[in-house]
Amino acid sequence: MSLQFIVDGLLTGSMIGLGAIGVTLTYSILRFSNFAHGDFMAWGSYATLAMVSAIGATFGKVAPIGPLSFGWPLLVALVVGMAFTTLLALLLDKVLFSRLRSQGQAIIVVMASFGASMALRSLLEFTFTSRPTYFSRAIQIAMPVGFGIRITPDQIALLLLTAVLVHGVHLLMTRTQTGRSMQALSQNAALARIVGIDVASVVRVTWIIGGALACVAGVMIGILVQIRPFMGFDMLLPMFAAAILGGIGSIPGAVLGGLIIGLAEAGAVQLIGAEWRAAVSFIILMAVLFVRPIGLFGVRER
Amino acid sequence: MSETVLDVRDLEAGYEPGVPIVRGASITVGRGEIVVVLGPNGAGKSSFIKAIAGLVPITGGTVLLDGRDITAAPAHTMVRLGLAFVPQTENIFPLMSVEDNLRVACGILERREVPVRIEEMYAAFPDLVRQRRTAACNLSGGQRQMLAVARALIIHPKVLVLDEPSAGLSPKFVSTVFEMLAGIRKSGVTILLVEQNAKAALAIGDRAYVLVEGKDRHEGVASELWNDPVVAELYLGQRPSQAGKGGAA
Repeated sequence: MSLQFIVDGLLTGSMIGLGAIGVTLTYSILRFSNFAHGDFMAWGSYATLAMVSAIGATFGKVAPIGPLSFGWPLLVALVVGMAFTTLLALLLDKVLFSRLRSQGQAIIVVMASFGASMALRSLLEFTFTSRPTYFSRAIQIAMPVGFGIRITPDQIALLLLTAVLVHGVHLLMTRTQTGRSMQALSQNAALARIVGIDVASVVRVTWIIGGALACVAGVMIGILVQIRPFMGFDMLLPMFAAAILGGIGSIPGAVLGGLIIGLAEAGAVQLIGAEWRAAVSFIILMAVLFVRPIGLFGVRER
Repeated sequence: MSETVLDVRDLEAGYEPGVPIVRGASITVGRGEIVVVLGPNGAGKSSFIKAIAGLVPITGGTVLLDGRDITAAPAHTMVRLGLAFVPQTENIFPLMSVEDNLRVACGILERREVPVRIEEMYAAFPDLVRQRRTAACNLSGGQRQMLAVARALIIHPKVLVLDEPSAGLSPKFVSTVFEMLAGIRKSGVTILLVEQNAKAALAIGDRAYVLVEGKDRHEGVASELWNDPVVAELYLGQRPSQAGKGGAA
């Protein structure tokens, strides 16, 4: 068996993990499963692509950075895309989720997110057609790193970016007052208000983190695979499986869950065939719910 | 009586419009006092105190804190206004460490002041120091109550408001909690508490009110209320101590 599946799995796992952070935060703080989270990825990816095109139209062709397939325009566009995705998430919360949340029934919000997901996806198809598109059509040469494993410069850069972002979010959650407020709100919403936490501002931060990371995950998929309106929706099941496997509310859990599912998917493709890929997250999700429903990093209270 | 800190006038409050649980209750709390609100089960004591803390919608009356109208203030602004509330149950963040429980409540303090106040709380509640890295859900019942009170005190509140601090505690811890409250008052903090355990609360209180059917029906000096026949009558013919054991129906 070739060990190449490790690199493939880690990359898929990074995309799943970055998305799962948003899913797990929304679930634990806003208390609903946001089915539109995958579509934030797709919107972030398309927004970044549009920005890259706009920069290209203004500055002409820009040389890529070192061995990478992209230059500074993509990095600038990514930051703009993250801001855009964040605004999209905040807007959706303002016009849809927050109103329904105040009625206090989680299932209504979940259904609304399902509707929002379809609407967002259809808007993308309508605007950009369903034909796949790419950040770059250049083909990168994968470098051998031993044990029969090959990796491209883009892949190395994106794995590093994931590590930096995950570490940053983890520090934010555990070392800052904002992070502690988020933990507090997820553990006891009424007490959080009593100790002076402004729920509305914590909710905003939650959407900002989730939206920004969704955009990064979407752009990663765009760089390594392709950009399609369904790209985020197809990630939904693995992301939820990762969030539940890691333990709802846990940032390290969501990322580790993502990596495990990514590796399992890549391994399954090699061992039993690509047609089983999608079944892997489903099997892992079922197994976790049967064996340890609180997940790897979940804690039973009391 | 000393200068008034908390002045509640004709308070009406309830979860649903048209169904008031608190029906025109008035109390005052002077600076440095411990004021106790007693009453039989279902008298609306808990709703009354939660309404003051901004957790139950207020439909009438006013709440003044140091002369400032805080009636319509949202719950999360109460600490900034100087009112710290300790709920009866679920008054800690179970999965956060003891220290993070304290720290998360310091949002209104200056950054420099936070470590200082945390150390002061450890000095006041030495039981918590050894557990500072422990998840709060692993504390004993009495320690949880201490953490909840420390968390409320850390912001220098003008008034500390407690909902049945002895509820659910074993008798040993009940006396610990009331000794703790008496100690806090000595340090100059004003306290308003609602209690079922009338005897223990009156022992440390300065003044007390009896709340019946959402209205204040009787008021007096704490030490005298214990033998006041009116109080016994308001408790449906029982002595407050019996009602305090959950006997009032």
